Amino acid sequence: MSIIQAKNIYKVYNETNVPVNALNGVDLEIEKGEFTAIVGPSGSGKTTLLNIIGGLDLPTEGDIYIEGTNLKSLSSRKLIDFRLHNIGFVFQAYNLIPVLTAMENTEFILELQGVPKKDREKRAMEILETVDIADKKDHKPGQLSGGQQQRVAVARALASQPKYIIADEPTANLDSKSTEELLTLMKKMNQKFQTTFIFATHDQRVMDKALRIVTIDDGKIVSDTQFER
Amino acid sequence: MLFAIAWRNLWRNKLRSSVIFVSIAVGIIGAVFSGGFMAGMADQRENATIANEVSNIQIHNPKFLLNEEAKYMIPAAQQKVKEIKQIPQVKGVSLRLKVTGMAASANAGAGITIRGVNIGQEMKVSDIKDHVIKGSYLAQNDKFPIVLGQKLSHKLDLGLGDKLIITLSDSTGTITSGAFNIVGIYKTSNTQFDESNVFVKKSDLAKLIGYPVTVGNEIAIRLHSNLETPMVVDKLNKMLAGEVQSKKIIIQSWDQIQPLLKSMVEMMDYFSYLFLIIIMAALAFAIINTMLMAVMERTREIGMLMALGMNKRKIFNMILLETIFLSIIGAVVGVGLSILIVHYYATYGFDLSSSAAGLNAFGYSTRIFFRVSNEFYVISLILVVIIAIISGISPALKALKLQPATAIRENN
Ligand SMILES: Nc1ncnc2c1ncn2[C@@H]1O[C@H](COP(=O)(O)OP(=O)(O)OP(=O)(O)O)[C@@H](O)[C@H]1O
Ligand SMILES: [Mg+2]
Repeated sequence: MSIIQAKNIYKVYNETNVPVNALNGVDLEIEKGEFTAIVGPSGSGKTTLLNIIGGLDLPTEGDIYIEGTNLKSLSSRKLIDFRLHNIGFVFQAYNLIPVLTAMENTEFILELQGVPKKDREKRAMEILETVDIADKKDHKPGQLSGGQQQRVAVARALASQPKYIIADEPTANLDSKSTEELLTLMKKMNQKFQTTFIFATHDQRVMDKALRIVTIDDGKIVSDTQFER
Repeated sequence: MLFAIAWRNLWRNKLRSSVIFVSIAVGIIGAVFSGGFMAGMADQRENATIANEVSNIQIHNPKFLLNEEAKYMIPAAQQKVKEIKQIPQVKGVSLRLKVTGMAASANAGAGITIRGVNIGQEMKVSDIKDHVIKGSYLAQNDKFPIVLGQKLSHKLDLGLGDKLIITLSDSTGTITSGAFNIVGIYKTSNTQFDESNVFVKKSDLAKLIGYPVTVGNEIAIRLHSNLETPMVVDKLNKMLAGEVQSKKIIIQSWDQIQPLLKSMVEMMDYFSYLFLIIIMAALAFAIINTMLMAVMERTREIGMLMALGMNKRKIFNMILLETIFLSIIGAVVGVGLSILIVHYYATYGFDLSSSAAGLNAFGYSTRIFFRVSNEFYVISLILVVIIAIISGISPALKALKLQPATAIRENN
């Protein structure tokens, strides 16, 4: 069974005078271990789709199932808890808690999950070593470069071993070298831990690494291609 | 980690937080200062009243209290004085003959209370002897000596060496008068008292109005410490139970004799708390404002925390904790400084001499020794935490209203 099943998703934003149809009937299935890019022009609905997949927003119509659980059926409190235990997030920017060190940021979700201090320190340290940023563990985000910050964000997402990780334009603020490094890292983690990654991007270099590219335009999926790399 | 985040968030905008620290510290210092001052004033009034006017405990014939006529004597008064002197907490006991009368000079007249005292006994009970500003206190060898207050001396336009004619009724009810020689003029912090109270030798007064010198209608008892008053009153009530029950005598503590003074002392304490609450309530708005700004600035961050799976209770607690930290720092500093300031003024006193003339009319001295109870500090801190919690609610609720998807998207 696929871990994510989006069925006939519509999303209408009614916040403005003119309703915006951000998604117009999206069907999408994602299997465990995928490394999938959602691409498309600006305003096409990438963020909207990722938010729905990530349980940050609910579809106006249609259903989203995560390993059989319909997110629409969860209370808002349960939905928060569901995210905590199942979904990892890497955002474009402002990912980290500015007052916490890299190490503390990495531990943060584990702490929310109630993992005992010893365990979470051990796991956070391992992950920081894996993403090759352990030497910066006591630095606050403000003392890290953009690329380093994103690596810590990936480490934090990985630390709690979520079912999948959502990343909305994780490289948008990075230079090409950092972009390359982050993608390599994500891919490595994908292979090593079988972690599912779904990311939105504009960046051709990022798309080149994807194993599946879902192209979206005007709130509809216009192509869906798998690659062997 | 919630604690760490809340604590460290406090220092992100140091200037803004410092404004709150300082406001709260100043607010608490203000409340403690005014409270300590008022309590010091009340204490001083209390101490002065006990020392100069009423002593700690008095014993009377209950009828004397209803109708201040000299004839309502205390039975076996001298024997009682002897017994009471044996109580270790007692500093002195004075058996007085207290009568009311009129004082007259060529210029004016005034209603007065005359206390005939045994000089040796009275010196141990009343501090009037220390407040003599001209001449000297009563002495055994003086002939018909009288000590009167400065205010009365001004009113009657009499000075040292002058004669003061006192008119009063004797034991048979006949009006009689006597001439006394002014040997001393005293001045206490209470001009009202100075205006109407004079002291003479009990032997002189008894002779004048026709009583044996051994009688007395007032026993005034001074203790080493006023804190022991209730205990000694209890002791006396037991010791003299028979006469108390048969209503031959009544034993009263200073606060029963001057209930108004007692309630004033208590009211001062209430005022200090009231003042504190008003200041804190005003500061609550500053706290709310600061925290609302902090929440608004961190919209994206809070949205991110919600997205990651931080539940509403934790977000709420995080904001509330930060509000409490924000408030308690200033409170701790404020209380710390207050303790130092109060300690200083409790030791050296706060000089009020510039406005002393006005204060004297109400019975206050010019140097106020502050008093603040430890309770007041503790309650200040507790109050600040309560105010912080109340102030934190609105910003915390504002944070909870954020939707992660929209909050993160904000100025993307
Ligand atoms: N909260 C909202 N209220 C109203 N309209 C919205 C809201 N969020 C998104 N939209 C609109 O929905 C459409 C899809 O937006 P979305 O952010 O998903 O696009 P995107 O593909 O992520 O674009 P970009 O590449 O610029 O990030 C756009 O037209 C956008 O203006
Ligand atoms: Mg987007």
